[in-house]
Amino acid sequence: MAFSISFQSSILTTTIGVFKRSLSTTRMLANKQMTVRDALNTAMDDEMERDERVFILGEEVALYDGAYKVSRGLYKKYGEQRVIDTPITEIGFAGIAVGAAMAGLRPICEFMTFNFSMQAIDHVINSAAKTFYMSAGRVNVPIVFRGPNGAAAGVAAQHSQCFGAWYGQCPGLKVISPYSSEDARGLLKAAIRDPDPVVFLENELLYGNQYPITDEVLDKEFVLPIGKAKIERKGDHITLVAHSKGVELALEAAKELSSVGIEAEVINLRSLRPLDINTIIESVVRTNHIISVEQGWPYAGIGSEIAAQIMESEAFYHLDAPLIRVTGADVPMPYTKSLEIAALPQINDIAEAVKRILGVKDV
Amino acid sequence: MMYSSVMLKRLTNLNFFKKQYMLYSSISGNIQDLSYRGINKVNFIPTLDINEPSLNSMPIFRILDDNGDIVSNCNSVPVIIPENDELLKMYKSMVLLSIMDKILYESQRQGRISFYMTNEGEEAAQIGSAAGIHFNDQVYGQYREAGVLLFRGFTPEQFMNQCFGNIEDLGKGKQMPVHYGSKDLNFVTLSSPLTTQLPQAVGTAYSFKLLKNNRCTIVYFGEGAASEGDAHAAFNFASTLNCPIIFFCRNNGFAISTPANEQYRGDGIISHGPGYGIATIRVDGNDILAVYNATLKAREYVMTNTRPLILEAMTYRRGHHSTSDDSTAYRSKDEIEQWANKNPITRLKKFLEKKNLWNDQYELEYTKDTKKQIMQMFAIASKKNKPNWKEMFNDVYYEIPDHLLEQMNSLENHISHYPEHYVIE
Ligand SMILES: Cc1ncc(C[n+]2csc(CCOP(=O)(O)OP(=O)(O)O)c2C)c(N)n1
Repeated sequence: MAFSISFQSSILTTTIGVFKRSLSTTRMLANKQMTVRDALNTAMDDEMERDERVFILGEEVALYDGAYKVSRGLYKKYGEQRVIDTPITEIGFAGIAVGAAMAGLRPICEFMTFNFSMQAIDHVINSAAKTFYMSAGRVNVPIVFRGPNGAAAGVAAQHSQCFGAWYGQCPGLKVISPYSSEDARGLLKAAIRDPDPVVFLENELLYGNQYPITDEVLDKEFVLPIGKAKIERKGDHITLVAHSKGVELALEAAKELSSVGIEAEVINLRSLRPLDINTIIESVVRTNHIISVEQGWPYAGIGSEIAAQIMESEAFYHLDAPLIRVTGADVPMPYTKSLEIAALPQINDIAEAVKRILGVKDV
Repeated sequence: MMYSSVMLKRLTNLNFFKKQYMLYSSISGNIQDLSYRGINKVNFIPTLDINEPSLNSMPIFRILDDNGDIVSNCNSVPVIIPENDELLKMYKSMVLLSIMDKILYESQRQGRISFYMTNEGEEAAQIGSAAGIHFNDQVYGQYREAGVLLFRGFTPEQFMNQCFGNIEDLGKGKQMPVHYGSKDLNFVTLSSPLTTQLPQAVGTAYSFKLLKNNRCTIVYFGEGAASEGDAHAAFNFASTLNCPIIFFCRNNGFAISTPANEQYRGDGIISHGPGYGIATIRVDGNDILAVYNATLKAREYVMTNTRPLILEAMTYRRGHHSTSDDSTAYRSKDEIEQWANKNPITRLKKFLEKKNLWNDQYELEYTKDTKKQIMQMFAIASKKNKPNWKEMFNDVYYEIPDHLLEQMNSLENHISHYPEHYVIE
């Protein structure tokens, strides 16, 4: 029996927008800062320098520096053999990436957005993910498929959706969904070095965000382990599990809740497959409450998977209330801003859900 | 050229195929009796040659030169010049389109709408082809065909309501700006993933053929979109299924920043014609009379032969790709300037002036009035309410399922508890 209760997102007043902006300026006050875009860019640069087999291909990645400028300067530095502008055919260049990886190169295949990876999905699922298995371990396919994923702003149904659950379902793939600059840099470097195909789901709305970064993270040999979550905020009352943009929402909700005496623990999943269920379980054992937060759809989503895995673990016996999923609404993304806001989980949806689960009356 | 036209005649001739199959039963050692199922004509030669692709380019059909004069050797084709009223309608539509483009483009710059794509430089290709097809024909666009929709009767108000996603938007605020559509005007709502419209348009053409309803399909696409596998599937199916469809390629030199000569190495998009056994026309896309005539002829061809045709309009995308692009990063100001001199609107204007159908005074009045009207419509569209939040749950399914009804009700409950947090329109 499943307990999962889907919590709908709701319309929000414009004050939240102001709130968000003020938060991102406080971030800039920390020591060393780096944008997610630069983190991704330097990660590719490091790895291209380190390993000649690494090359980038995709639409507009070379001369134009990438549609979102993530590959800025790399064409200039590494030339047209290693940074390749392709004709417009995702199925074509994804297939070429698979073939190149089978033959020993290490392609970074950029999708202008993951929405367009749908054109190429056969190569990702049926070839990249399964070839190692089907060749009985003889041929591995070290590729990184990367690009922006998830809801962007004002671009509606065909440009705003999360493919985390789609790719996460497929054995043979590793699926990463970074939040901060540290995540982006450490995990992309790890993904490029990984012997398996990795789907690397970035978020357009996070590209320009600055996050504090340490010298260790800037080190050329810095990598993060794939499959480990990070506790972004300690708390004893409830666990909020999220990935990508959802982590930002969860952290902001946690901050708001803290002012009414609720301390939420925020787990940044970082990796969707493998899923670091142990970190979640350890947290739930302490907090006895859990909410999952994601911008994608509820049905068979990442939250559903977490709920199922908790049910199957001893953490289930530590729960004081059933898990709640805070997700995008179960509809294609509408365009009009007021509808778009209503279709996406908002900070107050998370706060609401937390209060509901903890039985706290509104203050 | 020779090769393709000979082949096409054969392809359209069913008897030809029948004869080929029969030959297999009567091989007698005579070489002329031998046939392969995969090619049309057998010709053995004793020399081993690599067939290099031809470096020649197919010629471009045009009627008007840059000065708006009919080119001197044009007598060789029976050119159709539209009636004066129609000519003026075509001209005014181009001007209107360009004014609307400027206003909507600017409004995005000012943050009033989230996204826009202009049609600048391609007005003739759009309006000329729209004038050459029938109202009943089904149109599939890519996204840079607002002129086609405008000419078919979509009103400036409708364009603006769509871009604002307001309560009057036919799409009820569900699609992003520029993704117009109108079932009434036989114009399929635009879809963002490139080139998906091509095989779909072939499917539509195939159904028209079976329904014998005297309709054809016209599908627009850029030369960049032609690289997608979908384009090639579409060509092949249209040819093997004998579908009445015009593949209208706007070869405007760029796909975002990728120049056409990096998109492919052949002779433009019509070079696929011979490969797929499809007839082709290449036309000067900045010459509205040439585009109009080419489209008329193409339509007649696809309807009488029940065959596809690729029509390639050579033109230039003068504006940025979209409001997310700055094209000065990858092309020179000089180049853009050069093409400004080949403005398709000016070319028709010169022609009309020579026919005494237009003059500077008319131009001044028409542009002034049009600008004023469009600005007014813009102001109205921007102030209209947005669709009710409930709209979010409609149209996911034909009938709204229980779980969405539940969500809608709980959201309604939630809003009534916290009305101060919501903008209800
Ligand atoms: C499947 C897919 N891949 C990539 C894109 C991103 N994209 C949008 S427009 C465009 C360029 C298309 O160029 P072209 O077909 O030449 O048309 P033009 O813009 O020149 O009119 C690209 C790459 C997309 N919309 N869909």
